[in-house]
Amino acid sequence: MDFSFTEEQSMLRDTVAAYLGDHYDFDKRRAVAGKEPGWRPEVWKAFAEELGILGAPFSEELGGLGGGPIENMVVMEEFGKALVIEPYLGTVVIGGGFLKHSGYAGAADLIGGIIEGKVIFAFASAEPMSRYNLAVVATTAKKDGEGWVLNGHKAVVIGAPFATHLIVTARTAGGDRDAQGISVFLVDKAAKGVTTRDYPTVDGNRASEVYFENVSLGADALIGPADNGLPLVEKVVDEAIAATCAEACGVLRKLHEGTVEYTKQRKQFGVPISSFQVLQHRMVDMFINVEQAVSMTYMANIKVGDDAERAKAASAAKVQIGKACKFVGQNAIQLHGGMGMTDEMAIGHYFKRATMIESAFGSVDHHLSRYEFLSLGKVA
Amino acid sequence: MNLDFTPEENAFREEVRSFIKESYPANLRAAQDEGRILTKDEYLAWHKVLAKKGWLAPGWPKELGGTGWTPTQKYIWSEETARADCLGVLPFGVSMLAPVLYTFGTDEQKQRFLPGIYNGDVWWCQGYSEPGAGSDLASLKCKAERITADDGKEYYIVNGQKTWTTLGQYADWGFFLVRTDPDSKPQSGISFLLIDMKSPGIQVRPIITLEGGHEVNDVFLDNVKVPVENRIFHENQGWTCAKALLAHERSGIAGVARSKRSLEKLRTIASTERSDVGSALLTDAFFRRKVAELEIDLTALEFTELRTLAGESSGKGPGPESSILKIKGTEIQQRLQELALEAVGHYGAPFLHDAKGNAGVGPDYADGLAGEMFNGRKTSIYGGSNEIQRNIIAKMVLGL
Repeated sequence: MDFSFTEEQSMLRDTVAAYLGDHYDFDKRRAVAGKEPGWRPEVWKAFAEELGILGAPFSEELGGLGGGPIENMVVMEEFGKALVIEPYLGTVVIGGGFLKHSGYAGAADLIGGIIEGKVIFAFASAEPMSRYNLAVVATTAKKDGEGWVLNGHKAVVIGAPFATHLIVTARTAGGDRDAQGISVFLVDKAAKGVTTRDYPTVDGNRASEVYFENVSLGADALIGPADNGLPLVEKVVDEAIAATCAEACGVLRKLHEGTVEYTKQRKQFGVPISSFQVLQHRMVDMFINVEQAVSMTYMANIKVGDDAERAKAASAAKVQIGKACKFVGQNAIQLHGGMGMTDEMAIGHYFKRATMIESAFGSVDHHLSRYEFLSLGKVA
Repeated sequence: MNLDFTPEENAFREEVRSFIKESYPANLRAAQDEGRILTKDEYLAWHKVLAKKGWLAPGWPKELGGTGWTPTQKYIWSEETARADCLGVLPFGVSMLAPVLYTFGTDEQKQRFLPGIYNGDVWWCQGYSEPGAGSDLASLKCKAERITADDGKEYYIVNGQKTWTTLGQYADWGFFLVRTDPDSKPQSGISFLLIDMKSPGIQVRPIITLEGGHEVNDVFLDNVKVPVENRIFHENQGWTCAKALLAHERSGIAGVARSKRSLEKLRTIASTERSDVGSALLTDAFFRRKVAELEIDLTALEFTELRTLAGESSGKGPGPESSILKIKGTEIQQRLQELALEAVGHYGAPFLHDAKGNAGVGPDYADGLAGEMFNGRKTSIYGGSNEIQRNIIAKMVLGL
């Protein structure tokens, strides 16, 4: 049993933190998020070329750093502290995850492209009526000779405006809600018949509604097994959950630290409001929430590679993190008083990101139900 | 970062398992299974087996009888003893007084008192709280005046009242915080005294708690004569000892292994009990949600404890962060007790004063659950109430 980080992992953290410290302060981030294109390709280029972090979870043979979920965790926690917009999760964790776990023939080239910063993925899974159920897929891919023809509408595809490629779940057999009959496809965003409506999200990210109209896909577009892609999707999404929990830890730490600092400076009734016991205890409860969230994030990232434990671990962590995001986020605003309501202070931006993480890849209720099924069996 | 056990650690786990299986006292097991109140000998039966084996005090320095186990081995030990429902070793001598003795005591004091603690020959009790000094422990008033007696030796004459003295009815000796300087600041006029409970002037009176048990006592001290050599550390610096005691072995207070065992029992009960619609209670949407949330919270606590242990093994020692373990650990224990009581429905109510608690009425697993739940409310009050723990985190960790 070991809860320490290796020297390489600590260096990775320091490298990311130092770069973000120099290039990603809050005002800069706010300015970038507020106008087109909503991100900084030059930052992405620096991640690839200066920092080399886009290869963190890939093997050395493929040109990566030879890491895995713990490396993703380290990067994502630092990204959470700086509210990084650039699409590490969609590209490295999710895109990279599909390529690593599927045995996809073109994986090595695409991973090379990720590491160089040239290939950027977005994960097109959710649909207007799917809520958080990964098996609800109405988008269809019909067999057409060696390839497929793709039709459908994917909802709120995070990072799609920045992406070169989409990873799309589509139905190749069965009904809209069947677990069987789902396949995963790699789609060039520039392909004929792909249209998007791009928009900003409430937390300063960018997303798209993506429409596929008779998009013609070659035989090499299929990632993983035909008709039985759901287990692969679940595995990658669980990894994405573990990484998102790490991002949340960074966000939560900033929410908590920012609140403690603010209450020490803010004076009312002639004293710093941090001297009031009711606020002290609230901040202690926030602290406990943060520490429990960090513990669960370690747990999830340690266990996510073990298929027997993965799903339960990811859902348990997402429950804990979802609750912490709500409690810590809302109390951070409350303790900042009126200032917490302003756009100029960072605290509100962390709160908005925390709120979006709360439901990302499934709400607290969704993951409690999934956990219950995995731990306690079927409901009556 | 990994959760893997080494082959040596797995072998150690096997060794622990077979030791418990072979050596756990049969009379104690029977008493626990019957759910009856333990006798003094039964309380000490497992203690004596462990002392003989050399595994009584994993937390002590090795040269004084500690096991020299790694944090992982200690974790395995607590898991296995909880899994086998072993009675916990009484903390008063082994984990409360002994660390004070070996940190602040003279060589003579160590030689005189540590063997009796280790062997279980001397039963210790704690004399800290007073009717007017609970969370504000430093306001204690029990007075000790130093005199030179006719025999030419120096003594403290102790007068006052202590309360909540757990299992004081069995105690041979007690460790007491007393006020030796009434004029200085509250924390700086306190001394740490060891008092023979057979001394003239000591009276122990039972306090019956709400579940009907006799666990705690009032202790009255009326001109009790205590030799000066029974004082640990300097006069008026007993608070230093008390603080060290509170900080020692904080990680164990989370009670993770015991709560995991309680959760297993809860799941067994909820698989047997029926919901309103006749299916197992554990399939009831509302009940299972509470079980699931509790299970997740317990997992989080387990990993917080493991992080604390990892910090200890890297030499950082348990910091004030470990107050989290006390707060969350006791909250979880209480929720487990509540849910178990809730699960048994009607059969939570019978209150029978026979050997088995509720024996003969309702299912065996319902025996004593209400009593455990009522008694369990103490855990968020004692050892520095959970509100005091929040004050500690606010001050020591958040710098408020």
